[in-house]
Amino acid sequence: MTEKITIGVAGAGTMGTGIAIVAARGGFPTLLFDLDPARVEAALGQMRAFFGKSVQRGKLTQAEVDEILSRVRGTSTLDDMAACGLVIEAIFEELDAKGQLFSALNGVCPPETLFASNTSTLSITEIAARSGRDDRFVGMHFCLPAQLMKLVEMSPGLNTSDESFARAWALCEAMGQRPVKTQDAPGFILNAFLVPFNNDAIRLVEQGVAEPAEIDAAIKGALGYAMGPMELLDLVGLDTQVLLCEALHGVTHEPRAACPPLLRRMVAARRLGRKTQRGFLDYQTSAIFGA
Amino acid sequence: MSHPAPSHRVIASGTSRSFPIAHPLLEAAGETGIVVLLLGPGAGRAFAALADKARYTAILIELGTECLGVHTGESRGEEGANVLGFARFRLGEAPPSDLVEIVRQPKTTPEAIAAARALFTGHGLKTAVCADFPGRIIDRLVRPYYNAALGKLDAGLATADDMDLTLRLGLGYPEGPIALLERTGLAAHHDVTSALHEALGDPAYAPARRAQVAKARQLKGA
Repeated sequence: MTEKITIGVAGAGTMGTGIAIVAARGGFPTLLFDLDPARVEAALGQMRAFFGKSVQRGKLTQAEVDEILSRVRGTSTLDDMAACGLVIEAIFEELDAKGQLFSALNGVCPPETLFASNTSTLSITEIAARSGRDDRFVGMHFCLPAQLMKLVEMSPGLNTSDESFARAWALCEAMGQRPVKTQDAPGFILNAFLVPFNNDAIRLVEQGVAEPAEIDAAIKGALGYAMGPMELLDLVGLDTQVLLCEALHGVTHEPRAACPPLLRRMVAARRLGRKTQRGFLDYQTSAIFGA
Repeated sequence: MSHPAPSHRVIASGTSRSFPIAHPLLEAAGETGIVVLLLGPGAGRAFAALADKARYTAILIELGTECLGVHTGESRGEEGANVLGFARFRLGEAPPSDLVEIVRQPKTTPEAIAAARALFTGHGLKTAVCADFPGRIIDRLVRPYYNAALGKLDAGLATADDMDLTLRLGLGYPEGPIALLERTGLAAHHDVTSALHEALGDPAYAPARRAQVAKARQLKGA
């Protein structure tokens, strides 16, 4: 039987909010922490809106949603995290910031509390080393949007105990997620493949091999992918792809992970993808944007 | 809106990888047409022997891993007329996909491209147009990805099943890379990625160890 602990989520951004939805929907008392009270309030509002749509679509009843939301609390007080049996961190991708957060949590949480990082590119072992409890530290990389995607990449650090990893794995499954085990390697599985693949697609545009829409048509038509690489890049945001390149290339020095010059030019020109209505494809006129 | 398929004729020279069995496009071929489809490994020679090349709106040469320029010649980036290359994307001995890559040159006429697209889409196929580079679009993108997957399997990043599952669940791919390569043939992947490695000189296309082993076993007759 799975332990019923309070799950803490540190960081009330898009990812943290999604993870809090998963934890609460999985039946766990959930505490969403962010230093900025306004972000906490905004996240709680987004959670209510998400579950409101679940009711509208007939996936949950209002009574079920009321029960789920009754398990959720927000806080901007770190000391409140002492109630958590598992804390999943989902703040920005910066080793120092994550290390400082976990170090502070280590002084607040009881010894049995497990720590997890949702990092997509940083080393679990390196973050764990700054936490003061590297034997009770795991990687739990949720996919975006966390509230809709079942997959969680789980990685032990070099000093993670087998027992801690097994406990975290069981909790992940109890939240209704599908964990897969990967090594603590840069980008784990998803980003290790996706970032270079998308860069390769950008380079095809850069080198005049094909227009973005033709690349998407080829990949979708030949391989049955739901979305082509250019559409996906526009959805993720080209500025985000730059950050992913810098993080992955910075630790691997793999040439395919290096940021293509065209990507930097597009970010400089504020062609960031869907969020600016113009990236590799143009979302105002649906016309094709060429390199 | 798609245009009606233009009239076409087919000249076959050996077994076509794009159309190895009956297909509505082949069945609809006539004795004459404004488009001529040159199929099979001898398509390049058939092109060289083709009379009255200028009378066709489009001449379509089936390509293997080679560039179209091997058959047409190239000149200062000014090449291109009514001749295009094409290939239905196909992994190993798996059936051809419905996607036809159409290869153009810098000065290929818009009429020729439009006729090629209309011919294929008019017979239920999908198209993507690209310039004349080794690997075209799909092989150029997927071969480094497959090599990386095989390499990361060797490095113990995850089990084959977990790697495939992650890419299916995380990215919505219909099939993970390891299962796909097992289904379509690692030795076939070796052949395509080796050709690209030779053409492009990029280490990302160098066949992964598991592909090399599969090729060696094939050559041994195992």
